[in-house]
Amino acid sequence: MTATTLPDPATSPGPLARREGESEWSIVWRRLRRKRLAMIALGVIGLIYGLGLFAPLLAPYSYNEINLDRSLEGPSRDHLLGTDRLGRDMLSRTMYSARTTIIVTTAVVLSGSLVIGNVLGLLAGYRGGWVDTLVMRLGDIFSGLPSLIMLILINVTLGPRVTEAMRWVEDHTFIDGLVASGFASYMLVFGALSLFFWVGTARIIRAQVLTLRENDFILAAESSGAGPWRIIRYHLLPNVSFLIILSVSATLGGIAGSEIVLTWFGVGVQPPAASFGAMLFEGSGPRTFQSNPHLLLVPGAVVTALLFAFNLLGDALNDAIRAR
Amino acid sequence: MGAYIVRRLAWLPLILFVVSFATFTLARYGPGDPISVAAGQIRDPEVLERVRAERGLDRPIPQQYVTWLTKAIQGDFGESYLQQGFSVSELIFPRMWISAQLGFVALIIVFAVGIPLGLLAARFAGTWMDPMIIGTLLFLQAIPVLVVIPPLTWLFAVELGWLPVGGWDGIFHVWWIGGVIAIPVPDPHLYIPLVAFTLPGFVGVARLVRVSALEVNLSDYVRTARAKGLSETAVQFRHVLPNSLLPLITVVGFALAGIIEGALFVETLLGINGIGRFTFEAVTSRDYDIILATTVIFSTVFVLTNLLAEICYGFVDPRVRIGASRG
Repeated sequence: MTATTLPDPATSPGPLARREGESEWSIVWRRLRRKRLAMIALGVIGLIYGLGLFAPLLAPYSYNEINLDRSLEGPSRDHLLGTDRLGRDMLSRTMYSARTTIIVTTAVVLSGSLVIGNVLGLLAGYRGGWVDTLVMRLGDIFSGLPSLIMLILINVTLGPRVTEAMRWVEDHTFIDGLVASGFASYMLVFGALSLFFWVGTARIIRAQVLTLRENDFILAAESSGAGPWRIIRYHLLPNVSFLIILSVSATLGGIAGSEIVLTWFGVGVQPPAASFGAMLFEGSGPRTFQSNPHLLLVPGAVVTALLFAFNLLGDALNDAIRAR
Repeated sequence: MGAYIVRRLAWLPLILFVVSFATFTLARYGPGDPISVAAGQIRDPEVLERVRAERGLDRPIPQQYVTWLTKAIQGDFGESYLQQGFSVSELIFPRMWISAQLGFVALIIVFAVGIPLGLLAARFAGTWMDPMIIGTLLFLQAIPVLVVIPPLTWLFAVELGWLPVGGWDGIFHVWWIGGVIAIPVPDPHLYIPLVAFTLPGFVGVARLVRVSALEVNLSDYVRTARAKGLSETAVQFRHVLPNSLLPLITVVGFALAGIIEGALFVETLLGINGIGRFTFEAVTSRDYDIILATTVIFSTVFVLTNLLAEICYGFVDPRVRIGASRG
């Protein structure tokens, strides 16, 4: 940066400037694309999520195919990443664990951040008054709690109840396989996580809505007779959509990490369903690590890559959106 | 200021009430009540019923809660159902002391390493140093504690034999020189847990310091300090550092939260007999009164820390106080 100066992004027709008729989304995407690290992060997330999504098609073995004759093998032609204590293929287990991560992150983002966090944030910001106080104080309570310990407690105590409830549903309706497929434990994990992951989103959205609602276009909408839901849906929501993306990207890593930790503790996704938490648990212990490092290193590397990628992407998105 | 503190403190009992009541209800709704857990092989329903009545477990939950709370306030958290004959507080407090020592040292290290790294990153903003420092710290944060510990113990304890595999033997270890002079050195049991505790924490502190140092670096008084010929070191230490530390108060709470939650894994994996490992064991053996007590104690510490951080922040930044009185 000696002779040339940086073009002012607002005015010059450089790569950062807004093009004629271009949508906000495509500006953000263009900014993001220029960040090499963000693109690598996106690639890593895409790869891991892709492998997880298409695990039933791509995985060479079933995640639960036990072969005791070939337990604890290192990488080989048959098992590219080796096998675990029960002779299950590590590559397939990893893919299915990624699938668990996808299911949990998607479900929690949808329910916790997108639905609960948004609705409460928009309501609190727009209505103000006691609604605002109630929502924000509730948020204070939840964020003031040691979430991990509460999550463990919830899963320990409610786990069997949820399983019981699912059994009841199986017995009284035509639905089956809820318990056997591990659906009960998934539901519990995602329900408990949703309880704790809405606060951040709600706070960010509320703060933004507080400033937005002072704008003339809201006044105009109100004076033309628009009700609160219409204003929230058509006037406020579109204006906070970027913030929603931001807060979602900021919580993804936390959600994925929480599921892994809960499962490691034995209170998350239940076996035989595959999870990184269960894989890491099997691989921990210095003796196990000494004799079979791949048990820990395979899931460890994938989890680290995923969490790191979430962090980098979140940062880059933050820059791209805030600079808008 | 007084009114602000009172307002924040008024929250404390309410939050603690919500936490303890929720925890209590959850613990009582757990699978199999404490008595059948403790009874083990005894299956005589009459005996179970009698013991249940003796312990007041047949009464409605709100009533049980009030009884529990009255005792808990006086420091009596009941009796462990599995390790019979021991009261919960007898089991918990010595372990808490171990965890508190470990956590305190970890917290100090997080700040002692994070702050200089943040200043360094800000000082070299615009060069390769800045993204490298922050990137490395971000990467360290992404490695789960669960993945860090086994390789560390394998390398340093099993292969090289430099450090013990696990356990706890106090913070200091005394070296005697000629049987006369005592030199306290950090106990070798400390190193691996401290690495595991602190690695994920650096980035939060370093980034915050970096951002505020960048701002301070551009301020007029720093320019004046440089203009009057102060050395760069003096500028950094006398002007930039003190003014960049303010926002750190807010992360003390976060950092402590990370350490408290990290204790669950670090202590379990390394066989340190602290509160984290104890909680893990209580969870796996379903010892509800212990789970209840640890959750409530953990939450209280957590809430108090956050409150303290908020009050400190209100103390140094008047805008926070005014904002809080409006909202």
